[in-house]
Amino acid sequence: MKEEIIIAGFGGQGVMSMGQILTYAGMKEGKEVSWLPSYGPEQRGGTANVSVVISDKTVGSPIIDSPSTVIVLNNPSFEKFEPLVKAGGKLFINSDLVTKKSERIDIEVIDIKATSIADKVGNPRVAGSVILGAYIEKTGIITRDSLITALIQVLGVGKNHLISVNEAAFDAGKNILLENV
Amino acid sequence: MGKVLMKGNEVIGESAIKAGCHYFFGYPITPQSELVAYMAKRLPEVGGLFLQAESEVSAINMVYGAASAGVRVMTSSSSPGFSLKQEGISFLAAANLPAVIVNIARGGPGLGNIQPAQSDYFQVTKGGGHGDYYTPVLAPSTLQEIVDLTQEAFRIADQYRTPVILLGDGVLGQMMEPVEFKETSEEMHLFEKDWATTGTVGDGPPKTITSLDLNDVSLEERNRKLQEKYETIKDQEVRVESYKMDDAIYGIVAYGTVARIVKSAVDRAREAGMKVGLIRPISLWPFPSSYIRKLSEQLQLNKLLTVEMSAGQMVEDVRLSVEGIVPVHFYGRNGGVIPTVDEIYQEILKLKYGVMV
Repeated sequence: MKEEIIIAGFGGQGVMSMGQILTYAGMKEGKEVSWLPSYGPEQRGGTANVSVVISDKTVGSPIIDSPSTVIVLNNPSFEKFEPLVKAGGKLFINSDLVTKKSERIDIEVIDIKATSIADKVGNPRVAGSVILGAYIEKTGIITRDSLITALIQVLGVGKNHLISVNEAAFDAGKNILLENV
Repeated sequence: MGKVLMKGNEVIGESAIKAGCHYFFGYPITPQSELVAYMAKRLPEVGGLFLQAESEVSAINMVYGAASAGVRVMTSSSSPGFSLKQEGISFLAAANLPAVIVNIARGGPGLGNIQPAQSDYFQVTKGGGHGDYYTPVLAPSTLQEIVDLTQEAFRIADQYRTPVILLGDGVLGQMMEPVEFKETSEEMHLFEKDWATTGTVGDGPPKTITSLDLNDVSLEERNRKLQEKYETIKDQEVRVESYKMDDAIYGIVAYGTVARIVKSAVDRAREAGMKVGLIRPISLWPFPSSYIRKLSEQLQLNKLLTVEMSAGQMVEDVRLSVEGIVPVHFYGRNGGVIPTVDEIYQEILKLKYGVMV
């Protein structure tokens, strides 16, 4: 098993944290993991992205050329990363924010109105967690328990009041995926 | 201790503290600023001293002062800031002072950009400042290796009384990976420093530490001793790893971040049935010349390929190592561009099939 994920959006959408949650969760499950942020000037006003590798074997390159999964949270990220998804891979889209449509037939496209769903569970800013919930349901890479453990770790003591709303968002993401099947 | 997930820059900081380094003088610069920030937070907690200097030049000279007093001390920077430290590194080498200097390299020349690069190879391995000197250079390729090599850097610095450089790049500095810190108090190698200028208390003549020697005969003698020391280091401190080289007929030489990418490319080429492996220099100075030479002879390697994030710097040392007994090809990206697994795989195919159309 080797999952190579790129998560991309605007700075402030929680892209880096989403990556950290997956990385922590992978580590907790005893898998080999790496987390590499984009730290270039592109972060300012453009897209921020993070590359996460979760694998059974030692991680070679932490840099991902052809991701098995891409999660995009804005149009510029869609344009940049949609073409890179490996054939047979998955593309998760927050379709509240991304207006572009993928025409690729060799990948699985999962459209989720993540911001609307997040709004319903109580906070539009947990849209990322909605997608993570759908992501683990779809791929089975990480268990829900590990994701929650990682969430608590990443939020830290200062933000632990956000645990329950994120947890609700994970479940809402999972449910929307099950409804659509 | 269990595994923790940390950024490379922070791993360097924690490893240094665990190696007994309680003094840090630095100046922020991307992509190594997290190391400075980490030391600012952590050193007061362990009773150490952190000081943000007004410039890289003054930071390295503070290192000179602290090293003279016999403590373990470190500074760090990234390429343009590292250049500013070169004068001080030459002084440290001349004065036989132990210190660890970190370079988390970025794209150059000049101010360049903030993306990862390996184009400071010449600068760190060939002395870099003025005068006849070398500094041992350690180049980790994973965050776990940073833990081990940071501690080794301090050991080498103290044992040989020399500045030692830990060379990384923006990827290693910025990425997170699980690491495990060992409890080091038992194994930690602390050295008696009877040369340190800590003040006389009527117990002998005053000690001096200086890089100035106006007498040509004695300066030549100093140089001779330095060179003798470098010969011992070359003999004792070579580090290199090989990966899937046992039956290889093609060898890829790469270090640091690029070595990780090459590993992935080697795996892919192996799956396609190519007998290819990786030779990864860990000490860049001393360079594992005789290792590469012997391996090339024993395996009767057909070709070597050096891959770097530079226009071709380490490749010169690889060519000097094999002295023409095997052709050495080169593939490099620079300016902060990272070579991809696919690009390197294509280069491996070229080794076997010649130039592809």
